[in-house]
Amino acid sequence: MNYHFNFAPILEQWPLLLSGIGLGLLLALVSIAIGSVLGLVVAFASRAPSPWLRSLAFTWISILRNLPILVIVLFLFFGMPQLGLSLDKITSFVVALSLYASAYMAEVFRGGLLSVPQGLVEAGQAIGLTSLRIKRYIVLPIMFRNALPAFGNNFISLFKDTSLAATIAVPELTFYARKINSETFRVIEVWLVASLLYIVCCYAITLVLRAMEKRLVLEKA
Amino acid sequence: MDWTYFFNEVVNNRDALLHGTAITFAVSLIAILAGTVLGIVIGIAVTYGNKPLRWPARLYIDIIRGTPVLVLVLATFYVSSAVGFNLTAFQAGALALTLFCASHVGEILRGALQSLSRGQIEAGRAIGLTFGGIFRYILFPQALRYALPTWITAAVEMVKASTLLSVIGVAELLLTTQQIISNNFLNMQFYLLAGVIYFLIDFAIEQVGRFIGRRLDQPTRRAV
Repeated sequence: MNYHFNFAPILEQWPLLLSGIGLGLLLALVSIAIGSVLGLVVAFASRAPSPWLRSLAFTWISILRNLPILVIVLFLFFGMPQLGLSLDKITSFVVALSLYASAYMAEVFRGGLLSVPQGLVEAGQAIGLTSLRIKRYIVLPIMFRNALPAFGNNFISLFKDTSLAATIAVPELTFYARKINSETFRVIEVWLVASLLYIVCCYAITLVLRAMEKRLVLEKA
Repeated sequence: MDWTYFFNEVVNNRDALLHGTAITFAVSLIAILAGTVLGIVIGIAVTYGNKPLRWPARLYIDIIRGTPVLVLVLATFYVSSAVGFNLTAFQAGALALTLFCASHVGEILRGALQSLSRGQIEAGRAIGLTFGGIFRYILFPQALRYALPTWITAAVEMVKASTLLSVIGVAELLLTTQQIISNNFLNMQFYLLAGVIYFLIDFAIEQVGRFIGRRLDQPTRRAV
């Protein structure tokens, strides 16, 4: 193997790579925020008294979890304009990722809901709280705390999934990596740098989430 | 919307669609099988290995799991040719998915093995089993029960991740769909069709997994 490493052409593009990773993080943050709100609604629907609502919630989760995210992204970006709904590439990617996230977050929250002890809900009823207040003061805080580790894992997955935005030319890290790859032919270097950036970011997110979990556990004590 | 045109186009392209589906099956199956074998080795190394075995395995899992699959696929494809391995797109893609699957299986197996009590290994040693025997007869059957549901999820993830091979030009179901669309411009209909096929494959895997999971679960349930 006669390969001479030369990182200079990649490091020249450093600002682009950083802006790419920034956009990736932003896309993941927006998507998980929207996905969590949607997922919370679906999670409550999955435990609703109405059987229709329940099966609707499970269908939602099942369909979105079993579809490849790339198919959802392409369907929304290329397919929806045929129905008269043209979104720009960033918006349509955020919609796709949010829908995808909603199914996973619904599962997370559903697990969180199941972990709330029934006795606490009954205690709330016993002191005369309305069902809305029981949710607000008892169920939701316990659920969020239990759901936090799974929430973190999902956020990291979503962040990695933002790389798919490159397929519809959203300028995030993978997009720039491919661009630099074809412009400079520094193949090994560019993919090494891109993977390293992703790994470092994922690791940083893990550290932040771990710190958050620790604070919540302290609060509990 | 002209649905008759769509149905005609589906019938005209049925061979291409079937071929694409077959490629999706093939590449997913290779990745799941090879990835599982490699993943079991890595899982054992990371759980029971001594330091020189454990650290590389740990590093492998963390590096692969920290990288998006698309980057893994692109990197395998471009880097393999740059260093002189002339892999076809299919081979590079299958390799990338195998590496990805192995890291997941390794991590799943580690979690399952660590949930078993140390007393099990000691009991095995006490009756004179080698480590191979302990793993084969004591640890693995129990770990399998814990790991199976997550392993099925990983298998579904592999089928989903196989769509990324369309980016490097493997004519699996998604790229076939895109090629058909470039001829007839039925974007929505054909992406929908691809979605339905992927859903059916993944849903079937999930149901089979549930069925096997219930079967495996029975002895424990009876014992409790």
